Amino acid sequence: MRLGVLCSIVRKEEKLIFEALRERGVDFEKIDDRELSLDLHNRSFPWDIVLERAVNHARALHTLKLFNDRGLPTINTWDVANICGDKVLTTNALVRAQVPTPKTIVAYTPESALSAIETLGYPVVLKPAVGSWGRLVARANDRHAAEALLEHKQILGSYHHSIFYIQEYVEKSGRDIRAFVVGNKTICAIYRMSDHWITNTARGATTANCPVTDELNEICVAAANAVGGGILAVDVFESERGLQVNEVNYTMEFRNSIDVTGVPIHERIVDYTLAVGETSAPTV
Amino acid sequence: MPKCLDCDAEIILKPDVEAGEIVDCPDCGTEFEVRSLDPVNLEHAPQEEEDWGE
Repeated sequence: MRLGVLCSIVRKEEKLIFEALRERGVDFEKIDDRELSLDLHNRSFPWDIVLERAVNHARALHTLKLFNDRGLPTINTWDVANICGDKVLTTNALVRAQVPTPKTIVAYTPESALSAIETLGYPVVLKPAVGSWGRLVARANDRHAAEALLEHKQILGSYHHSIFYIQEYVEKSGRDIRAFVVGNKTICAIYRMSDHWITNTARGATTANCPVTDELNEICVAAANAVGGGILAVDVFESERGLQVNEVNYTMEFRNSIDVTGVPIHERIVDYTLAVGETSAPTV
Repeated sequence: MPKCLDCDAEIILKPDVEAGEIVDCPDCGTEFEVRSLDPVNLEHAPQEEEDWGE
């Protein structure tokens, strides 16, 4: 079996995965998306399966689609990347699968968005439908802030910033949970703690081990399966209404979670990738 | 030994460095990507784009 690993820059996560693959003697190739030129009439590839680890969502999305449509299996699949890369589609998938998630409204104009915000009540959170690392996530505490935010997004943003994703603000007492799902198991989880209301580690949150209870495992696996399954990072709020899934990430970062949890996440990723690779030969 | 493209300081690469990895200049802090290892070629690290993430 020959494995391709799709990426561009090599983060700590990719480096760990490469090291694990080398230690196991796996035949693999780093596929740099900046050097790819994909002939749409070509249907054969030098890999049997591809592990997607690209930092660019748009490149990953298109490449996975071209690979999957030509019978090349990938982890994760295009369907998963398409859903997880868009918060509207992610929340839609969670709601459809009856996975608890914060109340969310989508609107397309500042006027309808303001109306939706007032329906949810303040504070409220606005997020770009496509985005990561807490970038451009905004909390509006009152109508004045909401009006200003909506105007700025409409005038200064590109068209997709006028797909207004409006989420109720969930009081999370300074922390949320990042859980790592591989296949049908939550392999470990961390608390992400911050004095700021945004608790992304990319924004400076600190971490601690979070025990994987049956309840946490169940909701995280349900969330992963709701978006198509695979290797996924599930962000969970501990709210007054119980656990609620906030987001699901399809190219998960885990550098800050290995020491904290004691779980070699990169090894579990390689285990899963090789297992899937052994059972899913290219179909074309 | 590669040198910083901005301040000319020497940049020491670890033995396990990967092509594609981001390294910092120890003097000025500028980030570089190791585009190739043999020969070593450093380029300014790409700037974060709107669709970067996980």
